Amino acid sequence: MKPKYRRLVIITLIITILGIATQLILMALKDNIIYFYSPNDLKLKYGETKNIKNKIRIGGLVLEDSVIIENNKTTFIITDRIHQIKVYFDGSLPDLFREGQGIIAEGTFIKNNLIASQVLAKHDENYMPPEVAEALKKNGVWQGDIKQ
Amino acid sequence: MFDWLANPNRFNRITNKMQPVLLLASLITIILGLYFGLYDSPKDYQQGHAVRIMYVHVPSAWLASGLYLLLAISSIFYIVWKHPLADLMSRATAPIGALFSLLTLVTGSLWGKPMWGTWWVWDARLTSMLILFFFYIGYILLSNAFERKIDGSKSAAVLAIVGIINLPIIKFSVDWWHTLHQPSSLLKFDGPTIDGQMLLPLILMIIGFCLFASYIIILNVKTKLIEKKCEALILKLNLNEISNIR
Repeated sequence: MKPKYRRLVIITLIITILGIATQLILMALKDNIIYFYSPNDLKLKYGETKNIKNKIRIGGLVLEDSVIIENNKTTFIITDRIHQIKVYFDGSLPDLFREGQGIIAEGTFIKNNLIASQVLAKHDENYMPPEVAEALKKNGVWQGDIKQ
Repeated sequence: MFDWLANPNRFNRITNKMQPVLLLASLITIILGLYFGLYDSPKDYQQGHAVRIMYVHVPSAWLASGLYLLLAISSIFYIVWKHPLADLMSRATAPIGALFSLLTLVTGSLWGKPMWGTWWVWDARLTSMLILFFFYIGYILLSNAFERKIDGSKSAAVLAIVGIINLPIIKFSVDWWHTLHQPSSLLKFDGPTIDGQMLLPLILMIIGFCLFASYIIILNVKTKLIEKKCEALILKLNLNEISNIR
């Protein structure tokens, strides 16, 4: 075999092996790579919330009519339409925070409630002018707030 | 095909004709893209005017990963076929790719603060993009770290090839894992989820950035070809002097 083809074969082999190795590492670290759990994921993984000792991030939608704001302290419920988690938060909320919006709350569990130290808004992949959003809502084909 | 293009004289002849066209076309598309993007396009229903950051952020991100693919492919050509022009191509591409990935990180951060409520999070998309930036920086440092230039070229090329693994991770990170970053809006099976009026400036900017990157990389390769000629000339002059002294 000519040296240049040998080099080509070696490079192809290296890339393949590295690819498989990376794949395995990523699969093993899946739990560390995911940025947040949905309430349902959390239930499946930990069962009871008292098993969770460390800080954890929960992602889901802000349940409609669940937001109570009293002197900068916010209480709301995160839902993935299967399970719900009550969240207490003392701090400033992102602009996109509203009912039905996808959000991520980071904090620790105390008695089944998440005491959040940070609340982030999640933005979806839909981009449209306000008029189009209005028209969609009017025609009843609005999906923006339900999808994450 | 590659051998045919890899002749420096032919490369110069072809690119001499391409360069003015590339420059003019990139200027026109970028100016049009900026006009539509910053002025003649609607604001987003929930992001407001911050959506306009996307018109720079998305093209930069595409180019950052696209240029890395170019860097890796020309590194493979260099390692396998050992052609010097492939090395020049990699060396010319790396700083441009590094700049675009930096631009992606910075514009993304500026968008993230008002929209997400944070400048930075360690989610899979953001982290893999940062790693891409580090690969570019690693390539640039390593390729210049050796006394003999050829040692730098070889080791940096190997680094660039290893980094290919990162590209699918960047692309699919938003599908494989829960991330704060939103999934792709443009490359979807059921068509883009961006309104037509916003799609126009985005596409214009992507085309404009690609044209500009091609122009600047060709310019960079040419500069490096001239540098190489100069080095050869200086070497020759020195040799002549030495033989004259004797």
